[in-house]
Amino acid sequence: MKNYILRRVGYSLLSLFLLSLTIFLFVRVTGDPTSLLLEPGASPEDIENLRRQFGLDQPLWVQYWRFIESFVTGDLGLSFYYRTPVLDLYFERLPNSLLLAAVAMALSLLIGIPSGVLAAVRVGGFWDNAGKIFTLLGLSLPSFFIGLVLILFFTVYLGWLPSSGSGTAWHLIMPAVTLGWYFAAAHMRLTRSSMLEVLGSEYVKLARLKGLPEALVIGKHAFKNALIPVITLAGINLVVMINVAVVVETVFAWPGIGRLLYEGISFRDFPVVQAVVVIGGCMIILVNLLVDILYALIDPRIRLES
Amino acid sequence: MTVTTPPIVATEPSPPAAFWRTQGFPLVPVLILLTIALVAVFADVLAPYDPQIGSLALRYRPPAWQEGGSMAHLLGTDHVGRDVLSRLIFGARVSMIVGITAVLFAGSVGTVLGIVSGYLGGWADQVVMRVTDAWLALPALTFAIFLAAIVGPSELNIIFILGLVYWTRYARVIRGEVLSLKQREFVRLAIVAGCSKRVIMWRHILPNVINSAVVLGTLMLGVVIVTEAALSFLGVGVPPPKPAWGLMMADGKQGLMVGHWWLTVLPGICIMLMVLSANLLGDWLRVKLDPQLRQL
Repeated sequence: MKNYILRRVGYSLLSLFLLSLTIFLFVRVTGDPTSLLLEPGASPEDIENLRRQFGLDQPLWVQYWRFIESFVTGDLGLSFYYRTPVLDLYFERLPNSLLLAAVAMALSLLIGIPSGVLAAVRVGGFWDNAGKIFTLLGLSLPSFFIGLVLILFFTVYLGWLPSSGSGTAWHLIMPAVTLGWYFAAAHMRLTRSSMLEVLGSEYVKLARLKGLPEALVIGKHAFKNALIPVITLAGINLVVMINVAVVVETVFAWPGIGRLLYEGISFRDFPVVQAVVVIGGCMIILVNLLVDILYALIDPRIRLES
Repeated sequence: MTVTTPPIVATEPSPPAAFWRTQGFPLVPVLILLTIALVAVFADVLAPYDPQIGSLALRYRPPAWQEGGSMAHLLGTDHVGRDVLSRLIFGARVSMIVGITAVLFAGSVGTVLGIVSGYLGGWADQVVMRVTDAWLALPALTFAIFLAAIVGPSELNIIFILGLVYWTRYARVIRGEVLSLKQREFVRLAIVAGCSKRVIMWRHILPNVINSAVVLGTLMLGVVIVTEAALSFLGVGVPPPKPAWGLMMADGKQGLMVGHWWLTVLPGICIMLMVLSANLLGDWLRVKLDPQLRQL
């Protein structure tokens, strides 16, 4: 057990190292980082100062070490546009992203789980086919298209919902639906396949042989077990949602992390862009590690296997 | 020649004629993709106007069937008076070129690294797989935005960026296949026959994973096109005034609030049709060519 956890932690650290190295190298290799780290139109003296300040005259490995050092100590630099530390900006926006992700997740589970169960119980039936079309659409429609069509209907034509901004629950509906849509499809697909697997298992057969009513077999015996992988995916997806909402937050002007990233691009505010990407990567690596450890705690087969 | 028989086919191999007669051939999606491809090739002939030049006097004209529309601009005009139909037609070219080259780029890098990593094992495998793991930790769009912010927007850069972001998905799947192929008789016989590692990878392994690579590529086409559109939509993709569908939607956003629906809905439908078609074709190919990938 201890060995397993240690190895998983080791892998995660390695992933973090490679990710930071990638980001560091891309910034350095693709040109002069001063052009990214300094506002356009900076004077030659400023550029020279910055070169010295960031140690760009030093060998690459020294530069990399400094890069890591500043990240570990939480110094992600100053935003060019807002003139405040990037980390402050990030934490200012994070609650909004969490709120949006939580609501979108709730929606996606409310749609995805029941429809997935229905599809699995009646394989090849109406619900299964409707579900197939739904997942195909969910996975194929770009979120900005859904978002803009929703605005067109509910704001422009019907005048029911505000098109952008935040503050009230009404503001949350459209962004949450747009973000949740894709994940609802993914959750439905997993619920369906997980449910099918459980329904084919021995203990479900036994429950049926015992003469239990079908509703009880599906609702109590099968459903609970089929839910485990879905909840795991949902946990990972919650973190993913925070980090992929850039398009949705841009369409609806929702002031979260994604919007921060978009502003970072439009204002050519490179420290902001870099911080959002690096923190996002760290979050996802961390949540994957947590899931692996939890699984190993629950299921001894996993930790004994390798 | 039993040595090179593809081992993937588990059921009766069907003759080529039966291949096309099988039920569920996605005729409509294939026709849509072919149409988009033809439109892309003959954009110069088909487009009634120059897609990049408009006249401000003609801005925000609605499509012909709506009040105020005219036959001169069948699908209306945008915020600077450019013809929407012409822009959609040339946008097909951008999507096709970016989509196909990016998939080929990601596919060839990913397939080669997947084969090398899976067959050679050892440190090569470790390096490729650890990099793959680390890169997959970043959401594709975020990673693409980051790269686009560094190298700046241009059509060529987008292809390069999408290739860099998506090769990892190929590498992982192909490596998995190679690991199982490696154990098969024909590879062992090739080793016994004295083939070099390079010959085995190139002549014996590659032909056996090409099916998976094609299936994956078709499915990836949809993903790549959506990502390109999202990047263009966010302003880090194909730079204006080039007519890319994602960019058209971003431009159309200004007019949306006053009901100029055609500027966002029409390019959106084009993206949707192309992505849906690619996905449906990919799904069919997956079942047809590669039973192993079915549960992917």
